[in-house]
Amino acid sequence: MSVEAAPRPVGVDIQENEENRAVVEAIEADNDDLTVRHMPGIIRLTKSGQLVINQASIEERLGRPWETHEFQMAMISYFGEFVEWDDDRIVIAWKH
Amino acid sequence: MTVPTQKPARKLSMQQRYSALTHDLDWDPTYVTEEEIYPYTTFEGIKVHDWSKWEDPFRLTVEAYNKYQAEKDRRLYAVLDGFAQSQGQLGLTEARYMNAMKIFLQGIPSGEYQAHRNFSHLARYFNGPGARFASLCQSLDELRHAQTEVHTLSHYNKFFGGMHDWSRMSDRVWYLSVPKSFFDDAGTAGPFEWLIAIGFSFEYLLTNLLFVPFMSGAAFNGDLPTMTFGFSAQSDESRHMTLGLEGIKFMLEQDEDNLPIVQAWLDKWFWRGYRLISLVAGMMDYMLPKRVMSWKEAFELYFEEQMLNGLFKDLEYYGIKPPRHVQWAIDEKEILSHQVYWVLYQYSHAAAFTTTIPDAEDQAWLEEAYPDTWPVFKSVVWDKAQRVVDSGERYFNPGLPQLCQVCQIPMGFTEPGNPLVQCQRHSIYEGERYDFCSDGCQWIFDREPEKYVQAWLPVHQIYQGNCGGPTLPDVAVWYGLEPGDGGEYIGSMDHQDWLAWHAPTIKEG
Repeated sequence: MSVEAAPRPVGVDIQENEENRAVVEAIEADNDDLTVRHMPGIIRLTKSGQLVINQASIEERLGRPWETHEFQMAMISYFGEFVEWDDDRIVIAWKH
Repeated sequence: MTVPTQKPARKLSMQQRYSALTHDLDWDPTYVTEEEIYPYTTFEGIKVHDWSKWEDPFRLTVEAYNKYQAEKDRRLYAVLDGFAQSQGQLGLTEARYMNAMKIFLQGIPSGEYQAHRNFSHLARYFNGPGARFASLCQSLDELRHAQTEVHTLSHYNKFFGGMHDWSRMSDRVWYLSVPKSFFDDAGTAGPFEWLIAIGFSFEYLLTNLLFVPFMSGAAFNGDLPTMTFGFSAQSDESRHMTLGLEGIKFMLEQDEDNLPIVQAWLDKWFWRGYRLISLVAGMMDYMLPKRVMSWKEAFELYFEEQMLNGLFKDLEYYGIKPPRHVQWAIDEKEILSHQVYWVLYQYSHAAAFTTTIPDAEDQAWLEEAYPDTWPVFKSVVWDKAQRVVDSGERYFNPGLPQLCQVCQIPMGFTEPGNPLVQCQRHSIYEGERYDFCSDGCQWIFDREPEKYVQAWLPVHQIYQGNCGGPTLPDVAVWYGLEPGDGGEYIGSMDHQDWLAWHAPTIKEG
């Protein structure tokens, strides 16, 4: 039984506000086994392996177009690496 | 007349836009050599074979950058206006909360400005367009942070002491030489070392400890402007973290000879940055009337869990090891804030903030957060300070402290595993003795003694007669301190004003 072999956690801290509720809901829907922690003004989302942010899921909840650059407005901090940041999705993971 | 219908041009993808508007705007010089244009990227020994391998994962362009930064500023300034109009300062938890913001204003905006200058240097002198553009964005961010910090806190300057002369204080006051010398040290290194120092070690490894719990603390203490500023800045910080991470990986991937150089910088700058933010530890645990989390918890969450268990496992792939003195920092997490705040308490008569003995509520929180170490500190330090107060006095240390030659913090740290024995190290260089607070600071000095012997140590400067005169009142004038800026909080001008603002209005019936 090796804990070492388990994928390591990555995460993102998101500013708590009305608009970001849709962002958080979309991330929760698209990522199984997500851990959500609430701090004053901050929602911290962590997950083992990789965390995916999908444009389509967020647009569906916001009811308007949302480009992935906008995620910069929501994010306070993160850990892991942006292994992908494209028009349709953002992926945070450790490369090695 | 018919107009031939034309298919609209296909929109470029994010990747194509980024390439077209950053990398593709670069050209190879023909009538001057690359060395003439970029003269600073070889002397540190870092070998780069292909600058085009540097890519910004954010794929930002000038247009996208401007659009989102403008929106961030609009949101911040709307909050600042609303707070000022509604007399928001009256809704803070307590006036003593403002002490943490005084240290922040005195110490941080000048550091941001230093960062702005040095990143603009990188934006000019890095050979690769990807690295230059990411540095340019960060340079503009840092200028924005310096300005918005000053704007954010300027409202409080109308109501509280200690905030009126922050730029002069950051140049002169003893505890502010800690952040100033940190940025001077990084800014006088080469461009790659700066990137490891600030971009990677400070921004990626440590900045979460400065901003996230602190700004959450602001949210908890009714300080809406600081919270909003903090989140606004921190959203840029995510890009800065990425630049730092991209930077270290780029160096490690370009040539394996870069590994020992990068490792030594990482060892040095982890410790420099960690010592710098020990001031934050004292502020978090002792200066916030309402706390979100302890320093110890923040260190475990934002450093041990994210960095040691996440990042350094990733960097192992390149042969990078966790920072040399990391275990010392882990061992200190139970005592760091107690020691830093005790230093601030005994010297606050020469500072632009006030301190006070933790009250009953604070003590209950400290006991819960630090069950192993708080009772010892309470009996050794605070019970005595309380007895002095009970006798009608207030303990201030009448002498000047010895400062660590490297971090410039007064020598108040202790031996690992023995929180009651002061740690003192020294090295001899060219016949002179230099003293240090820790193995980490001594190791840094011994690598580059010719740099650190030049340190502008505030206490030495006072003794040499360079700080306004021989007595404390002379020095206070030279520092820009005004009556009411420092000393004990209970009974201070801020405290009295606060009580007056909140006194019940008596109406005659």
